[in-house]
Amino acid sequence: MTANVTNDTPERSDATLSAHVVVEELKACGASHVVWLPDSESKHLYNLLVNDPELKLVPICREGEALGIALGLLVGGMRPVVVIQNTGLFESGDSIRGLGLNLSLPILMLVSYRGWHRDAPITDTAAIYLEPVLRGWRLPYHFVRSDSEAHIIGQAYEQARASSQITAVLMAQEYV
Amino acid sequence: MAMESQQVHRVVASHRTDEVVITEMTAALQWPYFTNRQDLDLCLFDCMGKASSIGLGIALACPERKVIVFDGDGSLLMNLGSLVTIGGMAPTNLIHFVFENGQYEVTGGQPIPAAGKLSFPGLSLAAGYAHAFEFDDADEFAKKWSAILHLAGPVLASVKVLSTERTLPIPGRLTAQAVCEVTATLKQERWLEGKGVARSDTT
Repeated sequence: MTANVTNDTPERSDATLSAHVVVEELKACGASHVVWLPDSESKHLYNLLVNDPELKLVPICREGEALGIALGLLVGGMRPVVVIQNTGLFESGDSIRGLGLNLSLPILMLVSYRGWHRDAPITDTAAIYLEPVLRGWRLPYHFVRSDSEAHIIGQAYEQARASSQITAVLMAQEYV
Repeated sequence: MAMESQQVHRVVASHRTDEVVITEMTAALQWPYFTNRQDLDLCLFDCMGKASSIGLGIALACPERKVIVFDGDGSLLMNLGSLVTIGGMAPTNLIHFVFENGQYEVTGGQPIPAAGKLSFPGLSLAAGYAHAFEFDDADEFAKKWSAILHLAGPVLASVKVLSTERTLPIPGRLTAQAVCEVTATLKQERWLEGKGVARSDTT
């Protein structure tokens, strides 16, 4: 398996990432459930999802549960997406190994990229270790940092399904 | 008092129709000897306590079908927050067994934390489960299982079991194959139901 790592860069560091654009992108993918643990970057996304009848929200207590629930939803014919922070991705490491990698789960994970800065040194270990860990797991990942890049979510969703592997989209911008 | 876990398996298998059964660790080794619907069995190895989470996912995806999880006490402790997640989502079709022997059986019988002190029925009710039961007698379990099977869940059933002395071989049907087969069975049955074929006609 070869990691498909993008090296795209945003055109503007102050570009906005709108929660409603991301929600519409998830709906366009045909996603049925969002397995989710809130984080500070994605609170606007939560506020939209919690009231949206088309996407069912599955709130979890700890990120390690996410892939298990997503696996169950897949087995039952649903189309789940996992939304967690990078800190939670580290916590869910053994689920990624034992379920995601061992069972080749076609899951899109939107990962809030806490600590990422385009124009300043990255000092947060949650950001420093994220991409090396993803590369170590040989998981493909992409960046979304503005509304103009939101279409990458749909592409990553299809990549996950086509390649039967977890595909991460790193959300390196707070939602508005 | 405690019972043999196989006594639970035998009773559950005898009443089973179309329930999905998810097992892990010791239960995953034993259940294949009792099952009557392997195409609906998800026997998990190497999932480190995630059976309850996987069961929740299937229960949410298939609300018209009962989902039975065979968990171990040590396994559930590795994923204890799932009790709260399940309580919050409140799937009425989920029945969650916890086989309690107070030890990590597959690693040599070391005691679990708070063995003999903690109460899984108490934890589950506090987390939002609709019902919780505790059994240490096989006959009593056999008498009540049919009624429990028809309760609106989520239900937790703690069964006090003896540790297994003999080691069972890992079945040839591994997790990845089971995932594919159960997914295919559920997909086929959804298709048949869409065509108006009753599920009971297919079993």
